[in-house]
Amino acid sequence: MNELITIFISMALINNFILVRYLGLCPFFGVSKNVGSAVSMGIAVTFVMSIASLATWLINHYILIPFDMEYMYIIIYILVIASLVQIIELFIKRTNLALYFSFGIYLPLITTNCAVLGITFINMIENYSLLGSIVSALGAGLGFTLVLFIMSNIRERLELADSPKSMRGLPIAFLIAVLLGLAFFGFGGMI
Amino acid sequence: MRVKMGKFGKEFAKGIIISNPVFILALGLCPALAVSTSIDNALGMTLAVLIVLLGSNIIIAAIRKIVPNIMRIPIFIVIIATLVTVVTLIFHANFPDLYEALGIYLPLVVVNCIILARAEAFASKNPIVYSVADALGITVGFMLALLIISFFRQMLGTGNLSVFGVNLFTLPILGEHPMVMFILPPGAFLVIGLLLALFRRTGVMKSE
Repeated sequence: MNELITIFISMALINNFILVRYLGLCPFFGVSKNVGSAVSMGIAVTFVMSIASLATWLINHYILIPFDMEYMYIIIYILVIASLVQIIELFIKRTNLALYFSFGIYLPLITTNCAVLGITFINMIENYSLLGSIVSALGAGLGFTLVLFIMSNIRERLELADSPKSMRGLPIAFLIAVLLGLAFFGFGGMI
Repeated sequence: MRVKMGKFGKEFAKGIIISNPVFILALGLCPALAVSTSIDNALGMTLAVLIVLLGSNIIIAAIRKIVPNIMRIPIFIVIIATLVTVVTLIFHANFPDLYEALGIYLPLVVVNCIILARAEAFASKNPIVYSVADALGITVGFMLALLIISFFRQMLGTGNLSVFGVNLFTLPILGEHPMVMFILPPGAFLVIGLLLALFRRTGVMKSE
């Protein structure tokens, strides 16, 4: 149990996906202009990450390792994630239309999100157990959502601020990421 | 087919500044930030991107007429993933240090937006020769961006600049007390943020 808590905290705060591992920067800068869409994106990513971790763990331990095909992991994982996203999209469309519309464009975009592929690679390299993989995916996803939420709140207020012309938009977003990243170093002492 | 050198040169040149993948299009930010801690790593990542992008652009341009439109994205992804697997195995066998340093960012080249974007926007619509020019130009642009970022990060973060083990120079005060922050993640965000602002200020890039 202690080990799972350590994995969770390490993934969510200490090795935060956006601020420390630079994964998922495209949605970080792309959809962080509005709090609502940032949170939708975060939840969609967390959801897909957890299911992808479960699926790739099973494939890795029951297909790739027994047949000695670990070198195929890049092709297999990207195909699994792409088809999973399609299946999840169809499933949500059939069962919960309101949720489907709140995810909108973000669900199909997740296929090429490096955060989702990144978590499956990290789980494989760290050799986590099945439960450990799912907990690390949940931690990583929630940490991602947290940073996206903080960032979108700051950027909504920045719209009203009088920043220099050449700093508007992307450059100032990077500078905010610097301050957030320095703040997140404070979590380094937790473990 | 006759190759127009003018068009070849134009497709090559546009990737370097006008549509520089990192600074102008803001694509491929993850590898640009993650591996720019030293110039060696930046060049290693450029080599990986060069092999994958050149290979995928050539293959996709060659099969562009027989790929059904509705199935094109999955086909492109499988081609790119195959090339990335090849590159990963080559690096693991021949450059073990570089392989360790690049870590998970080497297999993650597969979801690097630059490669799929070029396949979709250029190679699937143009002949092989121009696709090669496009791949080379975009790679040079990517390399320039990575070199600029890693130059500042390595110089300020370690106090000296060494390329492939050769020490080029050591900064007077920073050599003893380097600003470690520049090697750490926030340093990457700081350098790229200030560079973007500088490029907009000097008019290389358009402001929003």
